[in-house]
Amino acid sequence: MVIVLGIESTAHTFGVGVVASDREPFILADERIKYTPPTGGIHPREAARYMAERAHEVVRRALRSSGITLSEVDAIAVALGPGLGPCLRVGATIARALAAYFSKPLVPVNHAVAHVEIGLKLTGARDPVIVYLSGGNTLIAAFLGGRYRVFGETLDIALGNLLDVFARETGLGPPYVVKGVHVVDACAEEGKEILDLPYVVRGQDVAFSGLLTAALKLVKRGARLPDVCLSLREMAYDAVIEVATRCLLHTNRREVMVVGGVAASKYLRRKFEEMAKLYGARLYVVPPEYAVDNGVMIAWTGALAYSAGVTVPIEDAVIRQRWRIDEVDIPWRRA
Amino acid sequence: MEEGVALPEPLDKVIRVKLSGVELPLQLLSLVKIMGRGAEALLYYARFLGYPAVLKWRPPKTYRHPRFDSYVRRERTLTEARAIYRARKLGIRAPALFFVDPDNAIIVMEYVEGMLYRDLIPRTEIDESCRIARVIGTYAAMLHQEGIAHGDLTTSNVLVKGDGDVYLIDFGLAVTSADDEDKGIDVHIFLRSLESAHYHLYEKLFDCFIKGYASIVGSSGAERVIAKVREIRLRGRYVEERRARKR
Repeated sequence: MVIVLGIESTAHTFGVGVVASDREPFILADERIKYTPPTGGIHPREAARYMAERAHEVVRRALRSSGITLSEVDAIAVALGPGLGPCLRVGATIARALAAYFSKPLVPVNHAVAHVEIGLKLTGARDPVIVYLSGGNTLIAAFLGGRYRVFGETLDIALGNLLDVFARETGLGPPYVVKGVHVVDACAEEGKEILDLPYVVRGQDVAFSGLLTAALKLVKRGARLPDVCLSLREMAYDAVIEVATRCLLHTNRREVMVVGGVAASKYLRRKFEEMAKLYGARLYVVPPEYAVDNGVMIAWTGALAYSAGVTVPIEDAVIRQRWRIDEVDIPWRRA
Repeated sequence: MEEGVALPEPLDKVIRVKLSGVELPLQLLSLVKIMGRGAEALLYYARFLGYPAVLKWRPPKTYRHPRFDSYVRRERTLTEARAIYRARKLGIRAPALFFVDPDNAIIVMEYVEGMLYRDLIPRTEIDESCRIARVIGTYAAMLHQEGIAHGDLTTSNVLVKGDGDVYLIDFGLAVTSADDEDKGIDVHIFLRSLESAHYHLYEKLFDCFIKGYASIVGSSGAERVIAKVREIRLRGRYVEERRARKR
């Protein structure tokens, strides 16, 4: 059994998780704080300052709730990317300091891989088509030849980004999620008409920026907002589902797993259920609590990596803002 | 009907009404068996006026809004038919069209007996795989010269006949007024289908593809499309970071 403390700070959430491998429950601690900007989107520097001021408190809380001391921890894991530079640096600095001071091995974790690994752990999916949807990421992947290979992704903005920016520009948000429902989803419930908006699927990729611009133009021209919400949501979700379907058939998989912050959408889930039924696949959706960014997923992936011998010297543990999921070797899974 | 399968009910009605107007569908068209299922269509092996044929039907998708669903199915059917017609006019091998019914999202086309390039790659010599990649490259360049992008140029959408002839299939996502972006995306999609399913050979095969592409549009044309692919690949991946840079 290994005990790993993991630190997440790629965007707006600073999270510290402690996990123990080969043990249930495997989660010993799960502490998080989330930066919510007063207006507009995340300002990376503001988010980083917020984290830096409170990080020590979160680490202390995680250790207290886990009931262990740092000396009992086998390794420190940290999300080194992808994400916002200033925010990543907060987590990386703390992780390097803890590892140096307590002489613990340091384990580098890719944030996207962590979303996948916690999804596999919690849903029990074995070899699924992975659909990773969040504020900053939209990608469809599957495990092949030792890595999570990307089959399709957004050519411009991410699905979560599309929904949030549309909400912000039309005054529906922030906050973007109210009682677990995205404000665009909620607004779409009142929609009746499907309006003419661009539906873009290019092979195995999607693109959303044209859709965003066209939708905002419709609103400006006086179209009924709920109709625009409905049309926008239908185009965007259907495009992702179509790409996932292509991947499912191209790779001969029988499972689909949805992870990331947007996975919480009940409406998207319903659509995926229909799709899975149509193609005889099983659908797995990561529980909402672990769909969003958290430290547990970093700790859990750190435990897998550490057990497979993956560590990084402290002086080489630098952040990588654009670290792609398909650049990471996954030695803990059989190819 | 030889070794026949029952038609799915809505399809049965459509074919009776559309093709004959009277109850004589079997002489015109008969479905022999289900051949396969793509992401959006069902494929039936069929006989059309005695010729071996493929009937491609895009059935309704329950997860889509009904109005949007019929719109997409109709548009894709029309797009596919137009693109096949234009590709064949350029001398590119693609299954000949026999019958198109956009209202019901049905295309009947020539049956081409062959193996998917995707399945052929692991079973054949690298030289043969390279030759095919080259042909695909020439096809892509010919289409691009005419302002057409295939839209889903993967190794699963290339059929290789026993005699080595290479056929492009599945034009449902084609763009018939393609700009540089659409062309770049075509090449990007092909590159990634190599990368994701044939990762140990992709550099070699992509090189063969580009040689074929350059044989039509010249090396400067090939370089232009490669530059576009590079640009596409660098784009949009981590939007948060791009936003961070802008401020």
